[in-house]
Amino acid sequence: MDTLRVLVTDDEMGMRLGVVRTLRNFTVHVADVNETVTFLVDQAESGEEAMEKIRRQPPDILLLDHKMPGISGLEVLDQLADMQTDMLTIMITAYASIETAVSATKRGAYDFLAKPFTPDELKSTIRKTAARLILAKQARKLAEEKQQVRFEFLRVLAHELKAPLNAVAGYLGLIKTRELGDQLAAYDEMIGRSLVRIDGMHKLIHDLLDLTRIESGQRNRQLVTVDLLALAQAAAETMRAEADSRNITIGIHADGAACMTADAGEIEMLMNNLLSNAVKYNRDGGSVEVTLARRDPHVVITVADTGIGMTPEEIGQVFGEFVRIKTERTSHILGSGLGLSIVDKLVRLYGGEVKVESQPDAGTTFTVVLDAAPASPSLPPG
Amino acid sequence: MTTPDNKPTVLLVDDDDDFLFQQRLQLENAGFHVIAAQGQGQAEEIVARLRPDVAVVDVMMENPDAGFVLCHHIRKKDPSIPVILVTSVNSETGMDFDMATEEDRAWIKADALLAKPIRFEQLRGEIDRLLAAKK
Repeated sequence: MDTLRVLVTDDEMGMRLGVVRTLRNFTVHVADVNETVTFLVDQAESGEEAMEKIRRQPPDILLLDHKMPGISGLEVLDQLADMQTDMLTIMITAYASIETAVSATKRGAYDFLAKPFTPDELKSTIRKTAARLILAKQARKLAEEKQQVRFEFLRVLAHELKAPLNAVAGYLGLIKTRELGDQLAAYDEMIGRSLVRIDGMHKLIHDLLDLTRIESGQRNRQLVTVDLLALAQAAAETMRAEADSRNITIGIHADGAACMTADAGEIEMLMNNLLSNAVKYNRDGGSVEVTLARRDPHVVITVADTGIGMTPEEIGQVFGEFVRIKTERTSHILGSGLGLSIVDKLVRLYGGEVKVESQPDAGTTFTVVLDAAPASPSLPPG
Repeated sequence: MTTPDNKPTVLLVDDDDDFLFQQRLQLENAGFHVIAAQGQGQAEEIVARLRPDVAVVDVMMENPDAGFVLCHHIRKKDPSIPVILVTSVNSETGMDFDMATEEDRAWIKADALLAKPIRFEQLRGEIDRLLAAKK
């Protein structure tokens, strides 16, 4: 329920009271945003009084008589021209000539009512004006929210880049002051850790570029027939070194020919992120099992690990941007916090869904179901 | 808690391994005994068993406000342990606070605030000041 403030400005009291009476119990339903609007009507009997009230607090809708003693309706419009308001003005005039209408519209009036008008004519004009105001309000609110989300993203991004920079700067400072003596070998660990943190920054920037690529509207998408098995094997290969160093095995099973129509780069991104998580959050000596299957009209990709698992509460958070489940057990695991956010956006792009099953200390299984032949071009996820 | 060799004990709490490593090295070189914890939970276990002479706590750990909560708990457990809060909160999260007003000091249960990146001399100075005030 929203209330719009109306100021009716007319030197005829009968006219003002007529408007007050007509709008007193009038409601408008704006179906597009499912909002019901009521009206609160205030009066002014001259242009001077109207200007004073508008300066104090602009109404949402100004009903403005054209011909009044003192300053005229058109002069009021001229004075309003310099004010920054969202107010919409409806001119009322007894001389309903094209010239007056044009002249009022040029000066910023939104609509026109010719005197004498019936209550229904007034209501119909008010209905149109109210809908326009409410929709504009809504659009502004959405734009503000979107901007807020953007600011939030940049704020967290700054933090995520600052932390590794601080770490590297800290190590360089310790090396500079020879905190461990003059032997270079003593600083190997510091140099190694610095390189790890720099790697983390690289990964973050890489993921940011992936996200931007997905969100920027898919201008260069190439939908072709891709073989999920080959892409999964490639993703496994990129994780091989880390998996081997921790004795984690990666098994890939394809149930028949698992092909789909997709952009190969996007599916590679999806596989890389799922496999990377499955290895990173695994236990030493654990395993990762990838299964691929075509279930017309879908393809189903599951990635199961034997890792540290998640609580239901943690599962609820993991797809958010920069969300990393922080516990004492995960604090040594480096990540950008964007991987699953990328997965989520890709899955939406393919009209699919992703499900997570997990058990703390037992493992996590991600199941991704995608349209095998998505409509092209897809709309970017909103 | 003073160690047999009379070194004051610093409890260092941060979820960033590298921060812990760097501060520990410098504190130890400066003659302190250091116990490190990677989060609120570990730190609370330590405080239940030991009485550090001073605690240095990062604000954002498992949760964005884990450091505040830990601060509060340490204060409840033993009001004589001075707490230094280390934070990047001011500049990045928009959570604006400092210790200038009585009101801030009342709800932030810390004796000093340091902004990341911290200079070691600054941390050292605050620790020395708080330890001297205890005596």
